[in-house]
Amino acid sequence: MKIKIALAQFHTKLGDVNVNLEKHMEQIQAAKKEGADLLIFPELSLTGYALQDLAVASALRPHQEDPVFNDLLHASEDIDLMVGFVHEDRRHRFYIASAYLSKGDILHIHNKVCLPTYGMFDEGRFFAPGDSVHAFNTRFGRVGMLICEDFWHASLPYLLWLDGADILLFASASPGRGLYEDPRLSSSTWVEHTNRAYAGLFTNFVAHANKVGYEDGLNFWGGSTIFDPNGDLVMRAPDFEEALTLAEIDLNQLHRTRARLPLLRDERTDLVIGELKRILGEK
Amino acid sequence: MSDLTINTELAEKILTGFIRTEVTRVGFKKALLGVSGGIDSALSLYLSAKALGPKNVLALRMPYKTSSPDTLEDAQTMIDDLGVQSMTMEITDMVDPLIKYYKDMTKLRAGNIMARMRMIVLYDQSAAFNGLVMGTSNKTELLLGYSTIYGDSAAALQPIGDLYKTQVRQLAEALGVPEKVIQKAPSADLWQGQTDEGELGFTYEEVDKLLYLLVDQRYRPEACIEEGFDRQFVERVVQMMRRNHFKRVMPPIAKLSQRTIGYDFLYPRDWGT
Repeated sequence: MKIKIALAQFHTKLGDVNVNLEKHMEQIQAAKKEGADLLIFPELSLTGYALQDLAVASALRPHQEDPVFNDLLHASEDIDLMVGFVHEDRRHRFYIASAYLSKGDILHIHNKVCLPTYGMFDEGRFFAPGDSVHAFNTRFGRVGMLICEDFWHASLPYLLWLDGADILLFASASPGRGLYEDPRLSSSTWVEHTNRAYAGLFTNFVAHANKVGYEDGLNFWGGSTIFDPNGDLVMRAPDFEEALTLAEIDLNQLHRTRARLPLLRDERTDLVIGELKRILGEK
Repeated sequence: MSDLTINTELAEKILTGFIRTEVTRVGFKKALLGVSGGIDSALSLYLSAKALGPKNVLALRMPYKTSSPDTLEDAQTMIDDLGVQSMTMEITDMVDPLIKYYKDMTKLRAGNIMARMRMIVLYDQSAAFNGLVMGTSNKTELLLGYSTIYGDSAAALQPIGDLYKTQVRQLAEALGVPEKVIQKAPSADLWQGQTDEGELGFTYEEVDKLLYLLVDQRYRPEACIEEGFDRQFVERVVQMMRRNHFKRVMPPIAKLSQRTIGYDFLYPRDWGT
């Protein structure tokens, strides 16, 4: 089975969900025109990233009655979507979240688990951390979603892999940093290395949509990528430029790679759980 | 240990994108800046011209009667080279009444008065030209606090504020800033014969290496001394950074209410844009 994945990276208006929704609709139309089956938006694509106190005012309740989600759910009749938003739950906790929409339904919502609150980041001040990571079934097989800092922790992609995800969908708003002699920022190089590593170590597809643009002094570097189960680069969107970039992936590659390299088959989950229990002091 | 080499193409791409985005997102097309003939304002000028187009950039020359004519000419060379708009506003008649009013006027006070008068001229032209004031401060001077608060530190955007002086030189070179401007001894030109390095007592090259360790690489001061930096030099630089920190932050607001600007009223500058 071959599917066409599109990755969108574009400028957002900080805290203005309606303007950003229009931009989503434009991207969706363009992706549909190109025959995409799945369109992935970056982290907080409906709001922008550096929200601070704007988080609360731009939060959404993801259901049919919400006008923003209603539009997106309609659009998902023809193309699967992964969108980024501020999620307000029933108890009024605010999360950085991504929702997977397909055929008018919300298949899954992932609340960002790892909220960087160090250095230039202050997410833990404004958001609640998610407390679960689940793979879920789609019409293209089982997939898993993570958001930015989530995949700086090897445990979360690992759990999704064991939970059956053959395609990892990553969304980021990664501020560019680390200017040295290299033609790319060290943040870009580092994130791309981790994506490639997960693809290769898990013999998985890894698609990563990363924001572009500027917010105050921060730059977001884009460079969205797809890696295949061999760890090879399928496509890379340009750095710093708005782009809708598409690539076709062949899901049969999973069969071929895992026949050659049975890392999933040989993964010793029993040993992992035993050692984790020992390390955590449990019997 | 302290390799400050940067990829100038990448720096240019990020900084011109920054200027273009941050100027246009708030409804402006144009920018203006004071151009002294020195390297920092030269770099800001070249970046602004690239980002916005030369016709959307106004270079203001604001000499005082003691300003070096040589430096004025260098500014003109760059204005001609880029094709940006320009204006010359001599500040002598504006600042001299205040400077001469006090018998005990010092060089430092007079220098600060000049820097703040240039700010007034720039912000007045900001309204007349309908453009944003582009800052020209680099990371070295911001960290050392080697600037006049509400004078040269006043700006809408600081495009080169994360580049050390030695990195400013690399990027200026790559963007075609005239060699003479790059090579001349850095000076605030507040009085004749003034040079930054003479006044500071160390060179930018030395202090940039130290600041890079202290700030970027998070070395403790003791570890810098172990790496071979002179103890007195390290202590002096650390003290300059600390004592001038007030120039880098907004003045503290005395908290009384449940929600106070700066503490629990937190919005990005680009709010809603």
